[in-house]
Amino acid sequence: MIPVSDEPLLRAEKLTMRFGGLVALDALDIEVRPREILGLLGPNGSGKTTFFNVVTGLYAASSGTITFEGRNISGLSPQAVYQAGITRTFQRSRLSLSLSVFDNVAVGNSRMLDHGIIHNLFCRKALLAEYERTVEQVRTLLATFNAALAGKLFHSAAGLSMIDRRRVEICRALISEPRLLLLDEPSAGMTHDETAELMDDIMHVREKLAPFSVVIIEHEMNVIQRTTERCVVLNYGKKIAEGSYAEITVNADVRAAYLGQE
Amino acid sequence: MPLGVAMLVLLALSWALLGAETQTEVFGLFGVTAVIAVIASRLKFTESLGRVAVEHERAVSIACVVGILILMALFHEDHFPLLLLGSVLLYATACLGLNIQFGYVGIVNFAGASFFGIGAYTTAVLASHTAMPHLLILAAGGVMAALVGCVLLLPVLRTRGHYGALVTIAFATLFRSFLEVNDTLGGPQGLKIPSLQFFGWDLGEGLIFGGVEFSFYANYVFFALLLCMAAYVCVRRVERSWLGVAMDMVRTDEIAASVFGISIARQKIIAFVLGNLLVGIAGAAYGMMTNYIAPNNFTFADSLILVSMLLLGGIGNPLGVFPAAALILILPEKLQFIQEYRFLLYGTVIIFILLFRAQGLLPRGIRRFFPCAENDPRQ
Ligand SMILES: Nc1ncnc2c1ncn2[C@@H]1O[C@H](COP(=O)(O)OP(=O)(O)O)[C@@H](O)[C@H]1O
Ligand SMILES: [Mg+2]
Repeated sequence: MIPVSDEPLLRAEKLTMRFGGLVALDALDIEVRPREILGLLGPNGSGKTTFFNVVTGLYAASSGTITFEGRNISGLSPQAVYQAGITRTFQRSRLSLSLSVFDNVAVGNSRMLDHGIIHNLFCRKALLAEYERTVEQVRTLLATFNAALAGKLFHSAAGLSMIDRRRVEICRALISEPRLLLLDEPSAGMTHDETAELMDDIMHVREKLAPFSVVIIEHEMNVIQRTTERCVVLNYGKKIAEGSYAEITVNADVRAAYLGQE
Repeated sequence: MPLGVAMLVLLALSWALLGAETQTEVFGLFGVTAVIAVIASRLKFTESLGRVAVEHERAVSIACVVGILILMALFHEDHFPLLLLGSVLLYATACLGLNIQFGYVGIVNFAGASFFGIGAYTTAVLASHTAMPHLLILAAGGVMAALVGCVLLLPVLRTRGHYGALVTIAFATLFRSFLEVNDTLGGPQGLKIPSLQFFGWDLGEGLIFGGVEFSFYANYVFFALLLCMAAYVCVRRVERSWLGVAMDMVRTDEIAASVFGISIARQKIIAFVLGNLLVGIAGAAYGMMTNYIAPNNFTFADSLILVSMLLLGGIGNPLGVFPAAALILILPEKLQFIQEYRFLLYGTVIIFILLFRAQGLLPRGIRRFFPCAENDPRQ
């Protein structure tokens, strides 16, 4: 389905997530527009990661609906959400360290790869062709991030530096050419310069791929300022502000939420 | 070159070990092995050997097969070493099945010996009561093990980590009691199994080949070798495919796997069923080779032996199960004083591996999908 231009790509309506007595998302309404970069802000524990987990199907929302490209995706399994075209990174890096860089990125493309038993066990010629295609794809994607990283295709992920691990994670999320990319604190555990470098890389890669939207959770305010067109601020699972970076920084509620936390 | 030397040394050592008759000889052999190992690592020989072995994988496989054939020829009329060699190959085949489960998808199966037993008992019943061709019966043994394994699927899928292992332990205990009280299956006395025959070839008969007399066990060694090679190729292909990547993802991170479209249940089902199939086929062949099976062959302790082979060899590396199966099966046979304490020995082996060399004798390396040099895209 081709979304109408003013129709949002993703729309969460009255989304509520309860963990026992704790309300992590409280009747949240969020829209992500086609091709935009949306910043998701809020103090620690305000429900940002929970929002990602609910969207990607890891948690089933207590109530509310999520619509993606006009289709109701609430309650779908993580696998089905991925098939629909949403991928993500995790706040704490989730690479499989014992596997190679190639394995880690290739798994991100699993919806394009043939997982059939007969194909994998007996059609080795066809598998070889598919494999060589994938190697080229992964290598090209890694190279757009960092030339040195592409040379480590068959090294184990355990040997990578923090920034390289983040890059690999982002490549894993990008290789299937998703319609929506969810980035959960991509700068966590990295220096200021590394963060800037990584953001430049992401913007650079984004220009080369089919246009997609991004939601980015980030604490580094200058990253938000430089990359996002619009921001949503959460506090206690509720949306307390929405607008451009300039608008939300002068918002009284936002200042109070952040001050209250410090 | 280093490969050739290493293979010859390995061949000589296994020949000496299989043929050793006194405990002094075995201990002498230990000494020699230790000295060789120390010299090799001093000369940085082990490192380069590892690299060369990875690069020339096909040569290594061929050398192993030829080595086993040579051993078979050397012991051509000695029943016992040949029986040991055949057992090593069949246990290794079973371990290859468990390797898919434990090494790839991460299901710890403590009922390996039970599935081995299901294969053997199926063979016993079918071969004594029907006229089915024996090769089909072997396959039926595997299919039966896989089918019975499906009973365990639901709890194994529902529970995570250690609870899944508990389910298999419960099954292993149950299976043994079931065999002991079941009179149609021979009760505690067990059953006799006719020897394997197909296409007019009776594996239970010794033969004369080129003027040399061969024990009938040589037939079984040869057959076990074929079976083992087929299982090895199968396991390698699972590993070196998208299925293998998906299984490794399920083992290492179920959440990341699901977020990238991998069905956890599907991978676990494939691994569990395929693994039990291989274990069952190995058990069926083992039953035919020994001609006799009893519940005592398939206890929880025997399952532990299989798991300790996997751990010793290096989880996830199908090549590792061979030296591990050889050491764990042959040593207790050669060192009588260990016999009474063999389970103590297995326990100690597991603890030592976990403490000092968690990755096993031959640690698993990075996945190489197509290792032949001509189509390795890394060049
Ligand atoms: N699986 C869970 N079980 C119980 N509570 C949770 C769970 N996940 C998150 N929470 C709680 O929900 C709230 C929001 O957490 P989170 O979304 O991680 O915040 P953040 O905005 O820092 O990413 C926190 O109070 C957290 O403790
Ligand atoms: Mg968070």
